[in-house]
Amino acid sequence: MNNGFIIQTQDLRKTYRVGKVDVPALRGVDLRVKPGEFLAIVGPSGSGKSTLFHIIGGLTPPTSGQVRVAGQDLATLTDAGRTSLRKRTVGFVFQKFNLLPNLTARDNIAVARYIAGNHSAPDSQFEEVLRLLGIGQRLDHKPNALSGGEQQRIAIARAIVNHPAILLADEPTGNLDTENSKAVLEILCDLNRRLGQTILMITHNPEAAAFAHQTIHMRDGRIIEKT
Amino acid sequence: MTTKLVFENLKHKPMRSLLSFLLIGVPVTLILTLVGLANGMLQDSQNRARGVGADLVVRGSGATSVVNLGPPAVRESYVKFLATEVPHVTMATGVVNHLVDFPVVMTGIYPEQFDRMSGGFEYVDGHQLSGPDDILVDRLYAAQKMLHLGQTFSLINHDWHVVGIIEGGKLARIVVQAPTLQYIDSIQGEVSQIWVKLDNPANDDAVVKDIESRTDLKVNTMEEFTALWSVGNIHGVTEFIYVIMGIGVVIGFAVVCLSMYMSVLQRTREIGILKSLGASKTFILRIILAEAVVLGIGGTVIGILMSYGAWWLIRAFVPASLPMIIMYSWWPIAGAVTLVGALLGALYPGLSAARHDPIEALAYE
Repeated sequence: MNNGFIIQTQDLRKTYRVGKVDVPALRGVDLRVKPGEFLAIVGPSGSGKSTLFHIIGGLTPPTSGQVRVAGQDLATLTDAGRTSLRKRTVGFVFQKFNLLPNLTARDNIAVARYIAGNHSAPDSQFEEVLRLLGIGQRLDHKPNALSGGEQQRIAIARAIVNHPAILLADEPTGNLDTENSKAVLEILCDLNRRLGQTILMITHNPEAAAFAHQTIHMRDGRIIEKT
Repeated sequence: MTTKLVFENLKHKPMRSLLSFLLIGVPVTLILTLVGLANGMLQDSQNRARGVGADLVVRGSGATSVVNLGPPAVRESYVKFLATEVPHVTMATGVVNHLVDFPVVMTGIYPEQFDRMSGGFEYVDGHQLSGPDDILVDRLYAAQKMLHLGQTFSLINHDWHVVGIIEGGKLARIVVQAPTLQYIDSIQGEVSQIWVKLDNPANDDAVVKDIESRTDLKVNTMEEFTALWSVGNIHGVTEFIYVIMGIGVVIGFAVVCLSMYMSVLQRTREIGILKSLGASKTFILRIILAEAVVLGIGGTVIGILMSYGAWWLIRAFVPASLPMIIMYSWWPIAGAVTLVGALLGALYPGLSAARHDPIEALAYE
C-alpha cells in the first residue's frame, strides 16, 4: 500500500465514545492523495471531515482500518510517533488561526521551527514565502495587533516553515471576509503551484473548494462523491 | 525559545506573576528572618559575654544549656573560694540573672568588682550604680522602651531609677545591684554565674581541671562558653528552623501549584497549539517547570528583599529584644527550599498539561 500516494486510507473508521454511547465519526473511508495535489473536502457538520483531518494530521489515532501518510502507518504509530509526524510531516492551518497570543508573529513562526529541532535561520525559500504572503512588515506584531487576514497568513507561514509533506487546512477562510478569503486561497494555490505543496483543505464554501484540483464530498462518515 | 515562551507568559499575566513572586517570597522571608534572629541573638550574647573580660565562666552543676534563664545555682561563697583558694585566679565576681522578657535578661552585679574585671561600662549618659534601686540600661533598650536618665520606671514589680545609659556589648542590657535582685528573687547567698579572671589566660585549662576536681561546679573557658552559643546548642532552635523550612516548602508548593494550575487551565488552547506543532510531552512539561523555576528564583529575590524590610522594622522598633543579622550564607538554602517547593508544585499542573488531548485542547474556549 503505497504506489506513489502520499496519503492513503482504506476502510478507515473512527468511533468516539460519548458517555456510554459509541458515536461513529468515520464509517470506512477510502482515500488516495498524490503528492502535489490540492484537495478540498466538503460536507455538512458531523460528516466526519474534521475527524479525517485529525487522523491524517496525527492528532488522534484511528479506531480501525489502514492509514498511511508519507510512508508511515498511522494505525500502528504510538503517541510519540504521532508527535513526530506533526513535527515534520504535516502542517496545520486552522479556522481560528491559533497563533500563540503572547508571542510576536516572528516568534510564532520561530517556535514551530524550534519544536521541529530546526535552530538555524530560515532558508531563502522561506524568505520568498514570507514575501509571497506579504507579511514581512508585520512580523514584529503580536496577534492581537494583526487583522484576521494577516493572522491567517502568519499561520500559513508557520505551517509550512518546516517544509511539511502535507498542509492540512481546516476551514482556513471560515473567519475571514471575502477579500481576505480570496487572498488566503490564492496563497494556498500559489504554494501548491510553485512549491508543489500537497494541500488538504476542509471547507463549507463551494467557492473556496473551487480553488482545489479535486473536491471530496463527505456525509455520515463516508466519502459520497469526488468531483 | 523556551526562555522566551516562559518570560512572555509571565509578562502576559503580570498580576498573577507578581502575586506568585510575593507569596513565594513569604517563606523565604520567614526562614531568613528566623535564622537572622537566632544567629543575631546568639552573636549578641557572645559579644556581651566576651565584653566581661573574664577568662572562665563558672556555673552550677545543674546547668545544661548555655541559656541559663533558670534560678541561680551557685552558692555565693564560691566567689571567695575561687578568688582566694585557686592558684592563678586574680579575680572572681558573681552575677545574678533574671529573665525580664525573652531574650532580655536583667543582671545583678557587684559594681566595684565588675568594673575592675571589665574596665567598667562605657556611659553614654549618667554614672555608675550607687543606690540599691539604681538601674543601668543600654542604648538600644533605652531607645526601645523610651527610657531616659533620671526616670523611675517599674520592671519585675519593682521601681527602678535610671542612673545611666550605657553602650551595649558588656554582660547585659539591663544592669542592677546584685543584692537587690537577690532580695527580689529571695535567693540571698546564691548567684547565677561566677566570672573568673586569671593571671594568664594560658593557664585556663589547668585552672578548669583544678576547680572541677575540687568542686562540683561546671567550668568553661571563655572560648568554650562562647562556642556554646550556637544555634545547634540551643535546644529546639534547629528543630524550629526545620519546621519553618518545611512550611516554606509547603507554601512554595501550594502557591506554585495553584498559580501554575490556573495558568495551565487558561492556556489549554495554547498547549493544544504547541501540540499541533509537534511539541512533545517533555517539551510542555519543560516549559511549565521552567516557569516554576523562574517563579521560585523571583520569589527568592523578593523574599530576600522582604527580609531586609523585616531587618529594618526590627531595628527600628525592637533593636534590644531582637538583634537580627542578615545571614548571606542562608540565601542559597532559602532559595533551594523555595525551588524544591516550586518544582513539586509545578509537577502536577505540568503533567496534566503534557497529557492534554490536542484536539480537546484546541477546541477549548
